[in-house]
Amino acid sequence: MTAMIELANAEKTFTMHLQGGVELPVVRGVSFHVIAGECVVLSGPSGAGKSSILKMIFGNYRCDSGRIGIRHHGKVIDLAIAEPRQVLSIRRSTIGYVSQFLRAVPRVATIDVVAEPLIVNGAAREEARERAGKLLRRLNIPERLWTLPPSTFSGGEQQRVNIARGFISDLPILLLDEPTASLDAANRAVVVELIAEKKTKGVAMVAIVHDDEIRHLIADRIVDVTSFAAAA
Amino acid sequence: MSELSSLDNDQPLLVAEGLAKNYGRLPACRDVSFALYPGEVLAIVGESGSGKSTLLQLLSAQLAPSAGRVSYRMRDGVLRDLAELGEAERRFLFRTDWGFVHQDPAQGLRMGVSAGANVGERLMAVGWNHYGRIRDTASTWLDRVEIDVGRIDDAPKTYSGGMRQRLQIARNLVTEPRLVFMDEPTGGLDVSVQARLLDLMRNLVSELGLAAIVVTHDLAVARLLSHRVMVMKGGRVIETGLTDQVLDDPREPYTQLLVSSILPP
Repeated sequence: MTAMIELANAEKTFTMHLQGGVELPVVRGVSFHVIAGECVVLSGPSGAGKSSILKMIFGNYRCDSGRIGIRHHGKVIDLAIAEPRQVLSIRRSTIGYVSQFLRAVPRVATIDVVAEPLIVNGAAREEARERAGKLLRRLNIPERLWTLPPSTFSGGEQQRVNIARGFISDLPILLLDEPTASLDAANRAVVVELIAEKKTKGVAMVAIVHDDEIRHLIADRIVDVTSFAAAA
Repeated sequence: MSELSSLDNDQPLLVAEGLAKNYGRLPACRDVSFALYPGEVLAIVGESGSGKSTLLQLLSAQLAPSAGRVSYRMRDGVLRDLAELGEAERRFLFRTDWGFVHQDPAQGLRMGVSAGANVGERLMAVGWNHYGRIRDTASTWLDRVEIDVGRIDDAPKTYSGGMRQRLQIARNLVTEPRLVFMDEPTGGLDVSVQARLLDLMRNLVSELGLAAIVVTHDLAVARLLSHRVMVMKGGRVIETGLTDQVLDDPREPYTQLLVSSILPP
């Protein structure tokens, strides 16, 4: 099977210049791969570096050494040394990221927040909105809220909008940072279904979930991050 | 679709090489090199005196560099040194292919003439002469920047600060430029007005597939508008990269200081 993501000895250290140059090693020797249609769950205690690894795979945190190979348009690109333009291209058509919190754009209606990733990739506005509506309905966001900006919604509603935005596109790689953290049982079940559907479409996923039951339901493999802990 | 194709374009639109500017013995800008691609938004951040406004003036050919050069890909696809352009080509850039949004709208608008004339003037400068078409296009643009078309005959001196800034944007975009320079476009506006303007600019830039160079001291503006960021200090570019990468994982001491100085929302 084709590896969609392949990390080899990836390493990250923060240097805190405002605290007298303190070095804060985060992870070291991170090596694992994810194939198409597979969901790998990162496990380990809080602070072990799970979110940092996810952010490195998205190009949000820089990778100090090692390699982060991403299959993009049929070629493998090393994200650790990629140009900003390549990273942007990868984010547009290869990697989606569902963060814990919605970074709301002021004034934009919920339905458009969700539809945006499709429009950016060339879909017609009406078709994109229709798909956005379907996902919002599945995630139990009442239709009367769709025209409002999500900034006034509750935490759980915002997270569901964020999930809809993350799952709407047909990107081959999805990174999920606690996608079910503030959801009730019914909505958690919807997310589990959405993940299963992505698997059948061959999407490679890396997820962080603290809930044991959800982890059991979605994980094809578990990668224990504590082995990558970079002891100071 | 236009955004996608323009962002995947492999030929840079503007290239700066070893740019420097000295005021007497004082270096205001030192050894700046980068390439800007079509559809790409670059933010230049740094505090007052860091050289970011000088750099913007060098890039937009309003100031001659002491060393280095700026090249721009003209519509015929040829990359040309700005210093070697003829007068007609420079005029074409300033009137059509480039926009320049000033922090103070009074610098970019004619405050005494009507809003419609402010927008129409750029069209007339590129040869439009049908009054009805000019007025229709001006109305369309006022609407796009959320100005009540009923105010088309009023002069911008009767407008609020936020409306003036939106009118300045309409005036700049009406000729469908490929590159827009912005100097602190939200400076001096109320926070609520800023949010509306930022949202509007973000949508216009992505719908039109514009390239833009935005000078700002406000990192929130950089985060919302730009793909890439250059951090300046003492006339030098000290850090550069993807905007979210530089802001979430700043490497240089000065960038860490800037980022840590933001008040949480």
